[in-house]
Amino acid sequence: MSNSFEETLRFIRESAQRELAQADTEQKVSQIRVAYLGRKGKLTQLLRGLRELPPGQRPRAGELANALKAELEKQIERLLVRLREEAKQRTLTEEKIDITLPGTPLVRGRLHPITQVMDQIVDIFTKMGFRVAEGPQVELDYYNFEALNIPRDHPARDMHDTFYFSEEVLLRTHTSPVQIRVMESQRPPIQIIAPGVVYRRDSDISHTPMFHQVEGLMVDEGISFVHLKGVLTSFVQQMFGEKTRLRFRPSFFPFTEPSAEVDIGCVICKGKGCRVCGGTGWLEILGSGMVDPEVFKTVGYDPEEVTGFAFGMGIERIAMLKYGINDIRLFFTNDMRFLEQF
Amino acid sequence: MRVSFSWLREYVDFDLTPSELAERLTMAGLEVEGVEEVGTDLKGVMVAQILSICPHPRADRLSLCQVRVGEEVLPIVCGAGNIKEGDKVPLALVGAELPHGVRIERADIRGQISEGMMCSEAELGLSTNSDGIMILPPEAPVGIPLMDFLNLRDHILEVSLTPNRGDCLSMIGMAREVAALTGGRFHPPTPKLLEGQEQVETFVRISVLDPDLCPRYSARLIKGVQIGPSPLWLRLRLERAGMRSINNVVDVTNYVMLEYGQPLHAFDYDRIKGGQIVVKRAAEGETFFTLDGMERALDRDTLMICDAARPVAIGGIMGGLNSEIQDDTSRVLLESAYFSPAGIRRTSRALGLQTESSYRFERGVDPEGVLPASLRAASLIAELAAGEVAKGVIDCYPSPIPRPQIRLRLAKVNALLGMSLEQKEVEGILERLGIEVKEDQGKEWVLSPPTYRSDITREIDVIEEIGRLKGYDSIPVEIPKMWILPQKRGSEDELEKRAKEVLVGLGFYEVITYSFISPQSLRALRLPSDDPRVHPLPLLNPLTEEQSVMRTTLLPGLLTTASYNLSHKNRDLKLFEIREVYFPKKGKLPEEKRSLAGLAMGVFRAGGWNVSPKEVDFYDIKGCVERLLAELRVPSPIFSSAEGIPYLHPSKGAAVKLEAEEVGTLGELHPEVAEAYELPPGVYIFELDLGPLLKYYRREIKFIPLPKFPSISRDVAVVVDEGVSAEEIRGVIWETKSKHMESVEVFDCYRGDPIPQGKKGLAFRIKYRSSKRTLTDEEVNKFHQEILDRLKEVPGLIIR
Repeated sequence: MSNSFEETLRFIRESAQRELAQADTEQKVSQIRVAYLGRKGKLTQLLRGLRELPPGQRPRAGELANALKAELEKQIERLLVRLREEAKQRTLTEEKIDITLPGTPLVRGRLHPITQVMDQIVDIFTKMGFRVAEGPQVELDYYNFEALNIPRDHPARDMHDTFYFSEEVLLRTHTSPVQIRVMESQRPPIQIIAPGVVYRRDSDISHTPMFHQVEGLMVDEGISFVHLKGVLTSFVQQMFGEKTRLRFRPSFFPFTEPSAEVDIGCVICKGKGCRVCGGTGWLEILGSGMVDPEVFKTVGYDPEEVTGFAFGMGIERIAMLKYGINDIRLFFTNDMRFLEQF
Repeated sequence: MRVSFSWLREYVDFDLTPSELAERLTMAGLEVEGVEEVGTDLKGVMVAQILSICPHPRADRLSLCQVRVGEEVLPIVCGAGNIKEGDKVPLALVGAELPHGVRIERADIRGQISEGMMCSEAELGLSTNSDGIMILPPEAPVGIPLMDFLNLRDHILEVSLTPNRGDCLSMIGMAREVAALTGGRFHPPTPKLLEGQEQVETFVRISVLDPDLCPRYSARLIKGVQIGPSPLWLRLRLERAGMRSINNVVDVTNYVMLEYGQPLHAFDYDRIKGGQIVVKRAAEGETFFTLDGMERALDRDTLMICDAARPVAIGGIMGGLNSEIQDDTSRVLLESAYFSPAGIRRTSRALGLQTESSYRFERGVDPEGVLPASLRAASLIAELAAGEVAKGVIDCYPSPIPRPQIRLRLAKVNALLGMSLEQKEVEGILERLGIEVKEDQGKEWVLSPPTYRSDITREIDVIEEIGRLKGYDSIPVEIPKMWILPQKRGSEDELEKRAKEVLVGLGFYEVITYSFISPQSLRALRLPSDDPRVHPLPLLNPLTEEQSVMRTTLLPGLLTTASYNLSHKNRDLKLFEIREVYFPKKGKLPEEKRSLAGLAMGVFRAGGWNVSPKEVDFYDIKGCVERLLAELRVPSPIFSSAEGIPYLHPSKGAAVKLEAEEVGTLGELHPEVAEAYELPPGVYIFELDLGPLLKYYRREIKFIPLPKFPSISRDVAVVVDEGVSAEEIRGVIWETKSKHMESVEVFDCYRGDPIPQGKKGLAFRIKYRSSKRTLTDEEVNKFHQEILDRLKEVPGLIIR
């Protein structure tokens, strides 16, 4: 075989590799491919020129030339892959953004804190098996007072400053009339919870003329004070945490007897005594008691057959304790800066 | 009630500190709201004696005293005129601090050095008496701290009594209760009375004409009294209990009321005409001047204490000016009575007059306590005002109040309390409470409660007492067996909850406003006078005009809230409220309807560095209502122009209809309404009636199978007059009911070049789909052509 052919091959190989080594773009590599391997490429032409070689040299020359072609193609391919990868990386880097800029502002509103606390309380009781019941806010004196064993000249009426529409129509001062309406409409067993708005004629830093309560009533055969304690203990622990201390303290409500106020260990000072709990370490959160036999007689239940317990709590007070709010009026001025916090 | 710890100890033995006692009482249902320590704050105030008094050389009204404290003699400048040489007085030394924050310093008063201050009772915080320096009794040892001499250290327990425990509105009542709780010995005072020779009946005649209001009336007569100030111990007890000292006789009646719980009244006997007391109802329209100088209008249910000629007191509530004790009074008629609790309460409410006396009578005093209290007061008046008590007492008690007989069953006690108490235990508690066992049948008793416990009349009352004395803490805790009862579904509550979720998701904040509003805020909505919303239910006794009628729409509350926020620089608002509105109707109770209202103003979609903010417009608020209704799965609402809605902008308002029923309104607030609420233009609102929504609300979701074949859409653009609504054209297209037409939607609305002035371009996209196969372009073209042909018939419409 002629040395010149082999030298030409070597020359082509070296010049191709030299050029490839310098090629830094896909485009340049493509140009090199065309220059060597294209239809008019240097190596292609050399291959075409094989037939002019003496027949004895052709196989060997062909073998060498094809080997070079394969080698170059492979090299080019590798180089292209590398360059494409580099280009891709470069693009990704160039797309870099300032991730410290704030995200697109998306909005969502909020439920009023009273609604949130009310929902939470109702949820706890409905999971225990209580059903939600309701009654009118503009109520008859009969349901708000008389049927609850608070006759017209009873001093207990002092506990309720009442808004009136007429002698016998008023704004309910508590959710307890719902008890009567429910008992009038069905027979025991009764397990109800009655959330709602109530009104008292009072207005200062700790009283608003409108506020919210949740009332509960359970009536069945064999219900006793131990069950009242059981249900309310369970509620307090779910609402304020399992370790919350609580105590039942005798009190008076005309429609329950025996009656009890429920105090919880002060959530602010953990019972050490602070301004919120008046130094006692205890916070009064709900009133309760065994349904008074007079109330059962009024709705036509036999107090010898069934017994029951009832309880009621003020939502604002619980919300104030929960969130550390010190002025009840904030709930009803609806300042955006207030509403946004819950 | 303010209970003095040291006073209490005079009547009952117990071994508790004030705070332990407070805890004990609280846990027995007599809530102690606070314990106040008194008489400890007068450090540096000593018992001193005035040795000499000279006039101050440079001040007429001042005198210069030499005062001895122990071994020391100090110069003191003083301005009071009631002192004389040899008097023992309280002296505040230099460095002492007095109750009202006064700090005593060495002073140069017009050239004379004063090394302290002699004090009045008021300056020492002992009473409100500021008439001159407090003069101490001659036996007071000079040089010791004043507090040690007076022994005034005490604790006052502020007890909040429930209305059923009228029996505890006295020191004796409290002592009895403490004895029952602690088992300590109870020893009430045993007053001794020296009576004169003359019979009370020779002075006084009593007739009770209305025994229903006054079941018992008693009177005593004390002669030869000398009216004057009460001794310090008495004044202090009154003042520490929160009462004012008047004079020795009146103070005694108040003192005995605090001690026994029995209100008393002292008349000047010489001002009682005819020596006669007549207890009877007032005449309608009569008026009377009470002790406080007020003229009171009386009615037929007011019980009056009268003499032979005229009323002299409102029974059980307040005495009259015409018969009160005066400085020259020498004969006292002392009243002690039992008035009907309900009667007293009715009168007290009608007159708007609550007194210490009415407060006790309406809670029920002890009918058997009438005479002991009278005796105690007579003996004190005799002692403190040098009076002579006439012999005997007139006691008008024609029909004694029956004592209830109560059957108590041990089984019932245990069933209700959930305990297993033994017979002996229950009997022990009954004994401590002073409840008499009339019959003992083993596990059942017949009981008679003490006369001072008017709250105990039934078995349940006794059971409560047993639980209370046993202690609620000793009652076990147990979860009852609960029934699994189904919750009500598909209710207004559920719809409300869903609506709240949706609105919150749309960026709205829930507000809660008062249910009562001002009539003015309703009138500001420009509603015509025949609109039921301007005829709200008025409150008889509103707190303010601002809260005097029940709202008939939620808008005033929302607008007021917006206005409040605006004035606090919260300008971008999205608010909603779901609450009741109230309409008067036939029958006793009004109709309470749940309404849902929203308000948006300012920025509707927040801006940032990458998006520009968007101010709210009509289509934003409409979008909210559309989204809300879609999420409630009610049928597609129809919006019609709302020219007749007076509180909305005449061109930017709409009525919302479901099928043919109007369920609400939405749009921009009328500028005049905005102005009335001090709001800028550009406030958008909506209000929907929840009731009708509930009717259309679909709780259940019905799955629609996914389409098997693709849809093909065609667009059409038209030019119409400005006055033609998009909905009209959409309607024309939809009504062609072209085969396989699935939906028609507006996707563009534009004005300006090349659309001529006064016209607008509208573009609609129509989707076709078959559920059985893929439609061909040729078919769809044919359907589309039908639409184009139909549109060409619309006058003034040009297809582009």
